[in-house]
Amino acid sequence: MEAFTRHAGVGVPLRRSDVDTDQIIPAVYLKRVTRTGFQDGLFAAWRGDDDFVLNHDAYRNGSVLVAGPDFGTGSSREHAVWALLDYGFRVVISPRFGDIFRGNAGKQGLLAAQCERADVETLWKLLETEPGTEVTVDLAEQTVQAKDLTVAFSIDRYTRWRMLEGLDDIALSLRHAQEIDVFEAHRLSWLPTTTVSQA
Amino acid sequence: MWESRTEELLMGRTLAAKVWDDHVVHRGDGDPTSATPDLLYIDLHLIHEVTSPQAFDGLRLSARGVRRPDLTIATEDHNVPTTDIELPIADEVSRVQLETLRRNCAEFGVRLHSMGDVEQGIVHVVGPQLGLTQPGMTVVCGDSHTSTHGAFGALAFGIGTSEVEHVLATQTLPLRPFKTMAISVRSRDGALPAGVTSKDLILAVIARIGTGGGQGYVLEYRGNVIEQLSMEARMTICNMSIEAGARAGMIAPDATTFDYLAGRPHAPAGPQWEAAMQYWKQLHTDDDATFDAEVEIDADALTPFVTWGTNPGQGLPLSERVPDPEQITDEGERLAVRKALSYMDLQPGTPLREITVDTVFLGSCTNGRIEDLRAAAAVLAGRRVRDGVRMLVVPGSMRVRAQAEAEGLHEVFTAAGAQWRSAGCSMCLGMNPDQLAAGERCASTSNRNFEGRQGKGGRTHLVSPLVAAATAIRGTLSAPADLD
Ligand code: SF4
Repeated sequence: MEAFTRHAGVGVPLRRSDVDTDQIIPAVYLKRVTRTGFQDGLFAAWRGDDDFVLNHDAYRNGSVLVAGPDFGTGSSREHAVWALLDYGFRVVISPRFGDIFRGNAGKQGLLAAQCERADVETLWKLLETEPGTEVTVDLAEQTVQAKDLTVAFSIDRYTRWRMLEGLDDIALSLRHAQEIDVFEAHRLSWLPTTTVSQA
Repeated sequence: MWESRTEELLMGRTLAAKVWDDHVVHRGDGDPTSATPDLLYIDLHLIHEVTSPQAFDGLRLSARGVRRPDLTIATEDHNVPTTDIELPIADEVSRVQLETLRRNCAEFGVRLHSMGDVEQGIVHVVGPQLGLTQPGMTVVCGDSHTSTHGAFGALAFGIGTSEVEHVLATQTLPLRPFKTMAISVRSRDGALPAGVTSKDLILAVIARIGTGGGQGYVLEYRGNVIEQLSMEARMTICNMSIEAGARAGMIAPDATTFDYLAGRPHAPAGPQWEAAMQYWKQLHTDDDATFDAEVEIDADALTPFVTWGTNPGQGLPLSERVPDPEQITDEGERLAVRKALSYMDLQPGTPLREITVDTVFLGSCTNGRIEDLRAAAAVLAGRRVRDGVRMLVVPGSMRVRAQAEAEGLHEVFTAAGAQWRSAGCSMCLGMNPDQLAAGERCASTSNRNFEGRQGKGGRTHLVSPLVAAATAIRGTLSAPADLD
């Protein structure tokens, strides 16, 4: 996972609340066997609608999604985070996230930034009046800044630290690689391996 | 919980705590809500085609390898057809998943048992049968029914796809301790009443504690009844721990466990066996250890048990009637029962014995082992499956299939008019062509009766192998005692 300190990109106002993971990526896309290429499944049910925000040129290459409350509720599918990342999003801002989604996001390096509802409203207005506005999200400072607006966001300390350090779960465990080596050297001698038949 | 490290030195420990402690690579700070969990070593990682593809892809993306391919084993089970296994697979999604697994295993050097291989089968049947599942081990798989392996006194639980990737890369998992619940099952002489199996027992346990009753817990089954059960019967029980919401189920290893293991391909031998036995023998909950919760089951009162609803907790003794939602005072519960009965197309007050089925499925990681096939064959011998009822017999593994054929069981099944199939998950979840049609009703020895689980619109009654066989003969939910 790449370290995340600060990101600047076009803000996308998604004026919807209760966007569950089925809406982020419908179940039919779960049949795939790859870890990448889920961008075409992102918000699939809405992408056919010309009025959908991502179909406007100014927002098409957005990377900071500003959504209503309860984003990412429902099914635990990690594909929801992959789809957002594959599309190019680096940050999702919402007044409240589904728990599992927020956990999955933190693991994959997608910043789930929780902002006050009023601040989300202000951001929406700003991004709608001036489509294409760049939003800068600073994880060290925990701020979202666009034009002359600067608001704070919250994130749990542990996820913040991991993202700043660029540590995914696996990298974190690998910090204990030496301890794993030591543990392996002392494992009980009869424990089975799958490769060698002892019979 | 067993995170209080100082006390633990003074107090006895549970079986789960002993296995946990012996696998800690790095201690977290013991606070269940804190940032640093324990890092646990994983002794055995089982893999199948459905939950592994993105994990392997993730390894490639981050240029990581499989740390211990020699502690990893894969098998094809969820998608495999159980007839014409030498032909190409018709369903594209199934074919792609199997081909992807084959490619990944070849690339990363993981042992794989493919269709046609004598060791191929359901992942939770294959591990124990090879002797790879042993007491005191940590076993994981991207599959919730990994709890099956707890029957050996292993700490075994299902994980998600990113955790599969984590184990592949590090052979460890960061985890916070679970709570422990003792489920004590006792009877006067330690035996189960005639006609009652471990499947009836676990269905009764789930009906008692509820599908959420085990949440956050490792269940330890104990008591004189558990001590007398065979390994197959113990696996059936631990398998369904997850249906009570638990993360894992465990049973302390004893002479039955050791006898089952002796001589299996991956079991220790010679002096190694002696050393292993020494270690295994201390793997039980100490007398002065305490559980976070305890449940007592009086096994003398048990009778054959079946489900009538759409979750494994909605079950009753076979002698009962379909419940009446209007008699239920709790509103949420009343609505749930109403909804279940409407999906199941059942009238309140109908005796369960009068429910007619179209299909009987004998198989799955719950009841697809040799002992299950033997029990069903004993009931079917010299009898016929009722006209209009189709019965699928799907061994849990090709090894089980071969053993059943060596014992002549396949002849009993085919003579009775049942279909004798190759190994796989099959109609347990209908990812392969073995599915219920909409509106069809099935008596199934599997573990989940969720809406649509065995095919869209299909209706499932969970039963034991004995009830499955008797039901096939009579065409209505029945126990062997109902046969003339
Ligand atoms: S038999 Fe059923 S429950 Fe068991 S692993 Fe296969 S699909 Fe899952």
